[in-house]
Amino acid sequence: MGICEAGLVQVLNEDGRVVGEQPQNLSDAQLKDLYRRMQWARLFDQRAVRLQRQGRIGTYAPLEGQEAAQVGSSYVLEKGDWLFPTYRDLAACFNFGLSYTSALLYTMGHLEGGRLEEGYNLFPISIMIATQLPQAVGAAWASKLKQDGRVALVYFGDGATSKGDFHEALNLASVLKAPVVFFCQNNQWAISVPLSKQTGHTVIADKAQGYGLPGVRVDGNDVLAVCQVAKEAVERARRGEGPTLIEALTYRLGPHTTADDPTRYRPAEELEQWKQQRDPLRRFRLFLEREGLWSEHEEEQSAAEFKTVMDEALKKAEQTPRSQLHQAFDYVYTNPPQDLLRQKEEVLSWTQRKGSVSWHN
Amino acid sequence: MAQLTMIQAINQALAQALDQDPAVIVFGEDVGKNGGVFRATDQLQARFGEQRVVDTPLSESAIIGSAIGLAVNGMKPVAEIQFMGFLYPAMDQLASQASRLRFRSAGRYALPLVVRAPFGGGVRTPELHADSLEALFTHTPGLKVVIPSSAYDAKGLLLQAIDDPDPVLFAEPMKLYRAIKEEVPEAPYRIPLGQARVVREGRDATVLTWGAPVWLVHKLAGQLQQERGISLEVIDLRSLIPLDEETIMHSVSKTGRALVVHEAVKTGGFGAELASRIMEKVFLYLHAPVMRVTGYDTPYPVPQVEDEWLPHEERILQAVHELLDY
Ligand SMILES: Cc1ncc(C[n+]2csc(CCOP(=O)(O)OP(=O)(O)O)c2C)c(N)n1
Repeated sequence: MGICEAGLVQVLNEDGRVVGEQPQNLSDAQLKDLYRRMQWARLFDQRAVRLQRQGRIGTYAPLEGQEAAQVGSSYVLEKGDWLFPTYRDLAACFNFGLSYTSALLYTMGHLEGGRLEEGYNLFPISIMIATQLPQAVGAAWASKLKQDGRVALVYFGDGATSKGDFHEALNLASVLKAPVVFFCQNNQWAISVPLSKQTGHTVIADKAQGYGLPGVRVDGNDVLAVCQVAKEAVERARRGEGPTLIEALTYRLGPHTTADDPTRYRPAEELEQWKQQRDPLRRFRLFLEREGLWSEHEEEQSAAEFKTVMDEALKKAEQTPRSQLHQAFDYVYTNPPQDLLRQKEEVLSWTQRKGSVSWHN
Repeated sequence: MAQLTMIQAINQALAQALDQDPAVIVFGEDVGKNGGVFRATDQLQARFGEQRVVDTPLSESAIIGSAIGLAVNGMKPVAEIQFMGFLYPAMDQLASQASRLRFRSAGRYALPLVVRAPFGGGVRTPELHADSLEALFTHTPGLKVVIPSSAYDAKGLLLQAIDDPDPVLFAEPMKLYRAIKEEVPEAPYRIPLGQARVVREGRDATVLTWGAPVWLVHKLAGQLQQERGISLEVIDLRSLIPLDEETIMHSVSKTGRALVVHEAVKTGGFGAELASRIMEKVFLYLHAPVMRVTGYDTPYPVPQVEDEWLPHEERILQAVHELLDY
């Protein structure tokens, strides 16, 4: 698949040279900030994979390779906007206010791992595929009714476009002219199923046509292009002109999750090609270095800074007391029925008796 | 005879079904090249080709819906739903369509389809992967619900389910996939649906269970016998629909006491169905009310607390204690 094919929005080519419209709206400081966020996302990801291997966190879905798509798109949101992520969108979540500690607690299987920072309209991570799309339409619809000027950005993969929820969401959003941006990270694999077996068409952005909304295809490994395209879609939504479907063409460099073995289904050459030539960090760094905005020294300094932040977050997560089952009962209903409260009491009494009485002794 | 794990036994059953009957088609997400996320379909595509072992798009509703069409048109679809929780998006096709096609067509169309779905706890999966949803489907007339707890049973029951002219939900306890190895005959064999297995005979109380808890209860029964001289009869129901009432009632009228152990949440669970049937049929034999040890009425919880949430040793022992001392 040629990455420079027609219809693909690109600002930087694979060597970090400007081939599209140079972004006017980003200051030097913002350009550096964008890179640093991508670098930190990758460092978090690599650390998380190591922590999983050490048994310190549970199953983890790596995002390596998708940093530009996630950082570029979430960068253009404002604080009161809505973000609907999947399990692979932590880079976007971090941009939007999720703490590293929360993310770690989540993968440690902690009850509180689902609690997101107050004041941010960040929806819980979606595990079920595509369920978050109609939900994002609803949030956007509410914003439209309330006229609060907020926009909803919803992430999903190429696999999600096969689900009924994808089609129902696009259709409904279009009818309502809801201020929502559908952001597909086409990383070309849904676990072991390649795009060619997911859809009979090759361009996901084209699917927008059937629903009467604009579809844009962007080089998802080009952070400036992603930023540009997302900004236009968000502004369009905010102006009341309705939804946009963005397809960011990218690649998952790692396994589907830490429990998956991609060598069973994915050609090694394909992976190598994306790794060597199309790495989103490499491309942007080459650009910044040429502009005199980034250096090896800054790379190291920023990595060292991340390490301190990450160590602190990990320490905090590991020092958080383990979840207790009785706490689970508090999150089922706002006003729990008596019967559930009795079950909670039973659990509490088990906790108290633990160790003291063992009936079969 | 080879020693096989449950997942190997399932793989062998699928291979033999594909081999014996050209109408059998196996399909679902990642079942082809990857051989399924648990390897239940390992090597099947290489052996039988892409027309018979098919990687589908990520579309549960389309998987079950198309299985209905395949089945009415002469095929025997065996669909894999990657985890039982992912049946929710296919609920319409399975619960409101597949289950009642025979009824709707006044017997014109039978639906020989099997839906395989891993489920069950203790494996530290993400949300909606472990939920035990069997009661949703026993509450759906027209479906059969089969749950093997051993490698031997898995093979025999799966081959039988594939032969069955009606839709069968074949729910596979994930935790048991690789936990045990058993002698499994190479030649195809079938175990009739609706025949419970008496795992262990006993006098003092009957424990009714299915899926992963069968092994836990069996182990505890052994301990209780040895340490306290308590004799439990343990019954693995193997299929909930059809239900082997005869074995259940025979056992409960013999022991006079019944305990149901299941992983699914308590309220509206299949344990409630068993309790009321026992009341209807053998009330006068009972020395104590039917008791239940089940999951609690919360969504399936996060890994840190799931061991405590699932029916565990101490809760089962306590219930046996209450049952005997009632
Ligand atoms: C409804 C549903 N079906 C199946 C799954 C199992 N599953 C988890 S991720 C995945 C592939 C998703 O692919 P895609 O949408 O492309 O996203 P990616 O993982 O590539 O980011 C599958 C089949 C699920 N989580 N939910």
